Amino acid sequence: MEQLLFAGGTIVAGVFGCVAWFWGSNWVLDSLYPPRGEDAGRNILRANMIRPWLFIGPAVLFLALYLVYPVINSAWRSLMDADSRDFVGLDNYRWLMGDAKFRESIFNNMLWLLVVPAASTFFGLLAAQVTDRIRWGNAAKSFIFMPMAISFVGAGVIWKFIYDYRAEGQEQIGLLNAIWTSLGNPPETWLTLLFWNNFFLMAVLIWIQTGFAMVILSAALRGIPEETIEAAILDGANPWQLFFKIKVPQIWGTIAVVWTTITIVVLKVFDIVFVMTNGQWGTQVLANLMYDWMFRGAPDYGRGSAIAIVIMALVTPIMVWNIRNARREML
Amino acid sequence: MSAIAGTRARLVWAVNLAALALVLLWTIPTFGLLVSSFRDRDQIANSGWWRAGMSSEASNFVRAGTAADQVQEGDLWVIAGNVLTEGQSLSAWGTNSRDPAAYAPGDTAELKDGQALSVAEDGSYRLTSPTEFTDQRGMRIFLTTTAPPKFTTENYARVIGAEGLGQAFLNTFTVTIPATIIPILIAAFAAYALAWMEFPGRALLIAGVVGLLVVPLQLALIPLLKFHNEIGLGKGYMGIWLAHTGFGLPLAIYLLRNYMVGLPREIIESARVDGATEFQIFRRIILPLSFPALASFAIFQFLWVWNDLLVATVFLGNRKEQLVMTGVLRELLGSRGGDWEILAASAFISIAVPLIVFFAMQKYLVRGLLAGSVKGG
Repeated sequence: MEQLLFAGGTIVAGVFGCVAWFWGSNWVLDSLYPPRGEDAGRNILRANMIRPWLFIGPAVLFLALYLVYPVINSAWRSLMDADSRDFVGLDNYRWLMGDAKFRESIFNNMLWLLVVPAASTFFGLLAAQVTDRIRWGNAAKSFIFMPMAISFVGAGVIWKFIYDYRAEGQEQIGLLNAIWTSLGNPPETWLTLLFWNNFFLMAVLIWIQTGFAMVILSAALRGIPEETIEAAILDGANPWQLFFKIKVPQIWGTIAVVWTTITIVVLKVFDIVFVMTNGQWGTQVLANLMYDWMFRGAPDYGRGSAIAIVIMALVTPIMVWNIRNARREML
Repeated sequence: MSAIAGTRARLVWAVNLAALALVLLWTIPTFGLLVSSFRDRDQIANSGWWRAGMSSEASNFVRAGTAADQVQEGDLWVIAGNVLTEGQSLSAWGTNSRDPAAYAPGDTAELKDGQALSVAEDGSYRLTSPTEFTDQRGMRIFLTTTAPPKFTTENYARVIGAEGLGQAFLNTFTVTIPATIIPILIAAFAAYALAWMEFPGRALLIAGVVGLLVVPLQLALIPLLKFHNEIGLGKGYMGIWLAHTGFGLPLAIYLLRNYMVGLPREIIESARVDGATEFQIFRRIILPLSFPALASFAIFQFLWVWNDLLVATVFLGNRKEQLVMTGVLRELLGSRGGDWEILAASAFISIAVPLIVFFAMQKYLVRGLLAGSVKGG
């Protein structure tokens, strides 16, 4: 109860603080440079130069402190030793190159990068195309979209139940093993099955991201001009040609956006691996490896930060691409 | 003509079936856990959730009474009792682990030294012997029982109380609400400036926001934790609110700016001509008109903060009463990996609120997604 009061108090204080800042700073500005009297023109000009910074100031402060500073600070820490005390140059990166776990993580991350965006986009496109053509399409969309609201941890529990294993002879309570054994196979411990277990983890993320892909691609498909489709039908295109030769080429831009957005999610994937295998049995990924070095046992901030910088480096091309796209749109 | 109509009808069928298959694939995992969360503990362990509606069969053994329980009836020594618990019914029994279902209910088994055991359908058994029993441990009776489907809300009661999920629910709320509201305010002002005010560096700032959208959170953990420790904030709610505010701002500014740019220019210009200050324009015109975008971001941020594990693990303490729900769920996965009744009920408590928000506000969520990713598309 006390805690809720505290939270409520913070909301009120936060809201009040924000409003007080924006209102108060505007008021101060207006009384310093009143938009009337003999200097009205010059005052308005001056006030208009300062005012945007009053509006944007708190946001810039937060962004600088909570996102820009950490990137710089991490880059610096990655060049320091475990306690960030002594400068070690590129030693941490050199160590990374030779570390078996790091190589495994890079390999797995690449595997995720190949599979998850492709599979999510494929299923999303399929779901969009299919649900747009049936009467109960909106309800169907809701259900496919639903996993988006479920936490990675919750999804981890849901899927671990599907992969559950009971010794041979016992009744299987995990759906996958139940189906597998009913086909006459011995039960498998899916999550410890080397190499393939990565795909069982990826299934969770695909399950979550497909809804996102579907929603965006469905909007894009509906945005395709009717004339192009009608013309194709008149020319005798069959449904497959219509889809792959007429529709898909017109939404390449959107597919690229969906693909890159999911790619970013994949590069940062942490919770799923963390709760389902914790990187054991050859399923380690970069984000979980970094967590291991930063928060488990004796923390090594140097190595942890170096891994974080590697993730950042992998994200950077997409970041540049996004910025270029955004700039083009603004022109 | 009829051939074409035939293909069309078949196509409609195929499309409907494909949609159904997708929907089933995407809902069954969650549904299975939901069903399990209401099942009895023993039944979860003995049969798959898809058989929750059927009677479940289980094999186990119980021990008959010991020598201390015997009574003398004429020239026989007798130990009697009942092997079933409530709700079970007996389908077979046995006296040997190699053949645990050797006898049907009502049969009598002849044992060594003239002893005999009979187990009736209602579970009452009668072990007789011509000589006095001396066993200190009761003899094992192997049972194959069936129990009718049993659904219960006990799992939920248990995790909310004993497993600390009630407290975690409160903690999650405490984290989520301020962390959703505060960034909206800060972002709304910034988005307005970026959308409708002219100043040098504006394009650069917008590019910066777009760039920061994808910065991996992982980078921020250690530097910010150290920073919070240095300014005396340490680990706690204040720290996590600030962190979530910072992490949520790029998306908030980006979404809101994109929306505000699309508002009709004439309204804003005419307000300016009428002498309204920027602050008045923002409060009276922009804010009310931007409600859909504000709602979109609020849902995003709410879902993201509620579902977050990493930020909470790092910026909040790890004592049991400090954990948020994702944290508790993670602990349970570690410590109670096989107790599916606990895990299922806990998982559902933690995903119930996001699911309600999702189904109630889906319209805004979709709108926000579209604004965020296919700007201009």
